[in-house]
Amino acid sequence: MANTTTEVAEAAGEIAGQAADAAGQATQSAGMPQLDFSTFPNQIFWLVVALVLIYLVLSRIALPRIAGIVADRQGTITNDIAAAEELRAKAVEAEKAYNKALVDAREEANKIVAEARVDIGKDLDKATAKADAEIAAKSAESVKRIDEIRLGAARNVEEVAREAAAAIVSAMGVKLDAKTVDSAVTALLKE
Amino acid sequence: METEEQSEGLAFHPMDQFKIQPLFNDGPIHWYTITNATLWMAVVLLCVLALFVIGTRGRAIIPSRIQSVAELGYGFVHKMVEDVTGKDGLKFFPYVFTLFCFIVFSNFLGLIPGAFTTTSHIAVTGILAVAVFLTVTIVGFVKHGTHFLGLFWVKSAPLALRPILAVIEIISYFVRPVSHSIRLAGNMMAGHAVIKVFAAFAPLILISGIGIAVTPLSILAIVAMYALEILVAFIQAYVFTILTCVYLRDALHPGH
Repeated sequence: MANTTTEVAEAAGEIAGQAADAAGQATQSAGMPQLDFSTFPNQIFWLVVALVLIYLVLSRIALPRIAGIVADRQGTITNDIAAAEELRAKAVEAEKAYNKALVDAREEANKIVAEARVDIGKDLDKATAKADAEIAAKSAESVKRIDEIRLGAARNVEEVAREAAAAIVSAMGVKLDAKTVDSAVTALLKE
Repeated sequence: METEEQSEGLAFHPMDQFKIQPLFNDGPIHWYTITNATLWMAVVLLCVLALFVIGTRGRAIIPSRIQSVAELGYGFVHKMVEDVTGKDGLKFFPYVFTLFCFIVFSNFLGLIPGAFTTTSHIAVTGILAVAVFLTVTIVGFVKHGTHFLGLFWVKSAPLALRPILAVIEIISYFVRPVSHSIRLAGNMMAGHAVIKVFAAFAPLILISGIGIAVTPLSILAIVAMYALEILVAFIQAYVFTILTCVYLRDALHPGH
């Protein structure tokens, strides 16, 4: 076990050494390509071309378009919020109007009820008065008729009494004229 | 114990991937020769076209996926420029966005196995950095005239220290394009070279028994480096862009 560990360590050391050697060779043979000045004009030329093209694409097409999109979105959001606010205000107003209409309707109904009550009261009073008058007229007539009937009955009693007195007197054989009998009966009835 | 077989098998050429080669013949490289660098710059241009022109052709209020990505990139750089340089820096936004697009696409395309990474070359990043340097300097002098030199005269420092600080500031100002370009090219080159070194260890299993241990390790290391390089590809593009914005802010508002 310890043996293999040392072997591994040795091998790793070797590889590291080789790596260092190889790296050294590489720098010796090639150097840094970054410092190869013969390629600089080429790189700079193509870099300038690329940058100018990217700049033109971005500043002429892409950036104004994206700025427009962002502004449009902001505008849409602002408008939507404003519209929502307006609709909310309208809803509040509508509710207010509804409540007001409700209150008005209730008042109107109360008024109508009160008026109807007054009308009905008037009609009732009129009808009551009419009925009272009719009742009074009828009872007065009845009283008159009763009086008539009573009077008629009293007259009949007087007649019957007179005839009966005349018949009783003639039956007793006393001859009396009708006048005398009448006055005598009247006088008796008055007592 | 270096045998012929091993020296053939373990070939370390980590820098070969950066070689500039003509695409269509083996002749000398003139300034107009179409090389692998030309090819990959053209691919960058095609990617920009695909994402920002074809991707946004719907002009949808509710964006498609690709349009979302385009808007994301737009918003990312736009916000960066606005936050760092202020509103008046926004007229440089197309320029900064061009730099960002070129670098970010070059970096990511370079991660495709076998691809050529244009931004690993100091010639390319150097031109990008010098362009930024010249832009900043010219804008600074055009906007502020000699007041732009106030950038080097630190008014908040004690008077005795100001000349010394001015020397330091001037040196740092002129070192800017150097650090600006070498940071990007160095990061790209180093990452790719390290991956290549690990890749050279990977076929060891075919040659030596020790490969049983080394090969899986090197493959694991390649995967790890690749993940790191994906991160670096974006971060370096971001760093280059935000430094451009910072330098532009100096030109637009030179007061400290």
